[in-house]
Amino acid sequence: MLDLAKYQSVGAALKDALDRFAREVCLIEADREREKERLTYRDFKERAHPLAKALQDAGFSAGNRASIIMTNQSKWLISAYAVFFAGGALVPLDYKLTPDEQWQLLKHSGATILITEYPVWRQLSVSAGRASASVQTVLVTEAPSNAELAGAKRWEEFRGQGEPAFVPRNRSDTACIVYSSGTGGRPKGCMMTHENYLEQCVALTSLYPFWPGVRYLSILPTNHAIDFMVGFFGLFTCGAAVVHLRTLRPEYVREAFPKYKITYVSLVPLVLKNLQKGLQARFAALPRGKRKVFNALVAINKMLTKSRPWRISRLLLKQVHEAFGGELRAIIVGGAFTEPQTLQFFYDLGIPVANGYGLTEAGTAITVNDLRPFRADTVGKPLPGMEVRIMNPASDGVGEVAVRGKTVMAGYLNDPELTAETIVDGWLMTGDLGKFDKHGHLQLSGRKKNMIVTEEGKNIYPEDIESVFEGLPVKEFCVFAANYIWPKRSMTGERLVLALHLEQGQPYSDELRREINVRNQRLLNYKRIHGVVLLEEDFPRTASLKIRRNVLAEGLSKLDSATAVLPL
Amino acid sequence: MRTLEQTTQEVLNLATKHFQLPAGSLAPEDDFFKKLGIDSLQTLEMLSRLENHFGIELPDYEVQGVSDFKTLAERIQSRL
Repeated sequence: MLDLAKYQSVGAALKDALDRFAREVCLIEADREREKERLTYRDFKERAHPLAKALQDAGFSAGNRASIIMTNQSKWLISAYAVFFAGGALVPLDYKLTPDEQWQLLKHSGATILITEYPVWRQLSVSAGRASASVQTVLVTEAPSNAELAGAKRWEEFRGQGEPAFVPRNRSDTACIVYSSGTGGRPKGCMMTHENYLEQCVALTSLYPFWPGVRYLSILPTNHAIDFMVGFFGLFTCGAAVVHLRTLRPEYVREAFPKYKITYVSLVPLVLKNLQKGLQARFAALPRGKRKVFNALVAINKMLTKSRPWRISRLLLKQVHEAFGGELRAIIVGGAFTEPQTLQFFYDLGIPVANGYGLTEAGTAITVNDLRPFRADTVGKPLPGMEVRIMNPASDGVGEVAVRGKTVMAGYLNDPELTAETIVDGWLMTGDLGKFDKHGHLQLSGRKKNMIVTEEGKNIYPEDIESVFEGLPVKEFCVFAANYIWPKRSMTGERLVLALHLEQGQPYSDELRREINVRNQRLLNYKRIHGVVLLEEDFPRTASLKIRRNVLAEGLSKLDSATAVLPL
Repeated sequence: MRTLEQTTQEVLNLATKHFQLPAGSLAPEDDFFKKLGIDSLQTLEMLSRLENHFGIELPDYEVQGVSDFKTLAERIQSRL
């Protein structure tokens, strides 16, 4: 079992791993059918140290913050390691956010260094948000030789001479500031400590171990908690290797499994479901006789693996497993709720899906399906060291899920009020509803909080998208998660609705509907509202005139959702 | 060399065929997520078909944030 007790920081654990596994491959980077890079831990160190030295020469020191906005690639991990080595705190941001959103979070985080890719920088450098951020140095990767860098430096040339000095940190210091939301108003910067990562890493690898030779296919963005842990920190501390694909087209992802003999991969539920559909279509197209044999083999496999996964599945269903490279031990799924029938489908083929439940605020995962036995209808048991409680359960046992443990964040950056609302007496209130079954597995059944999670693993907070409707010619408006108004015991198919209070005598005209549609189109597709609810009363407000969303939602809940929500 | 108008038309024709829609049902300004009801994964599949058709490579970052056919055609045009 992995022992990280002697380490005080993420940087210290990684530093040791780079020396201990010097000859092992740690990273493969491919672009379509071309392998661009294959690095050993020694190579990785040789790339990272000059960068760490240059950062130190530029005055970057303990506790300073550096942000990374990049797609998954070697320079992401090399840069992150250099930041940790130099004692810095990392601010990983989503490259899919708009430039304005990125600048907003950069400003909030107080990052003084920004490490990014040229295509991202091209958009960021011309965005108005740049002026107010505290970023002093921008490093840009892969910029064309004749590119206008708008004040940035080339990552490839930012190299210091001589060895950098390792800067130790304490377990309680901030290792990363990870934004769980807040691009529209109130940024939620989770301060994750070194202890959070060290403890989470030990807990996760006790269930799903890594070792030199393991190949993890990195598809989720590395700024995402799962990929950061499973595709970087956890992986490196065990001497395993990550495979990065610069192109995530399905055909290249499919090819990567057999080509690189992938051991683990992380996916969001949407991709997993697509994979299931594709396989089902292929099975259905088999000639009748073959299909009968195949179904019989699946039934046998199902029986043999009832209590635990067994490698015999690879022999019984050889062709299926070969399509996945023959070495796949589990698919890790996260970011959103996965439907039990999808999980069961893969398990029956002998490909366990490690589903779980987590929040950025609680580290990577709170519960994980430990496959002893596999239970598709639950999100598994709490990870070792994690305490999970159901607060104020109703008669059916369902209540709010609360979590306590060493992986829970220190708090939200610059927001003690929100921190106090979220962490109560040491318990992180998740806002999710669930109950434990008699075997101690957690079953989720809905949300208490006003938010949705898409199948692509995107958390959408209504407050974050309201700005797009600012100036709409109505008296007042408010965006809600439909589930928050009309709670349903489900974690899928969540929608956003726009509550509208029109001016007196104002009709809900085609013109207004068109205007709403036009504005809705400005949002990324997964952030769009799906309907409108009309109200005739004034919205309840606080003394400072903020909408009292909970009171408004309670009022709306009296309406019949089937007729009250008007389609756009 | 194709003009932007020709490229746009070819993009529309290909998408119409790929998603088995009646001819002429797509317009350059259409948001393909909304009009076709597709997710990001299906979009990637469509991009692969477009790449094959035009004989180019369209890196994922080039189409990041693009959701209408017109902008997509412009990105393709710049690589022809």
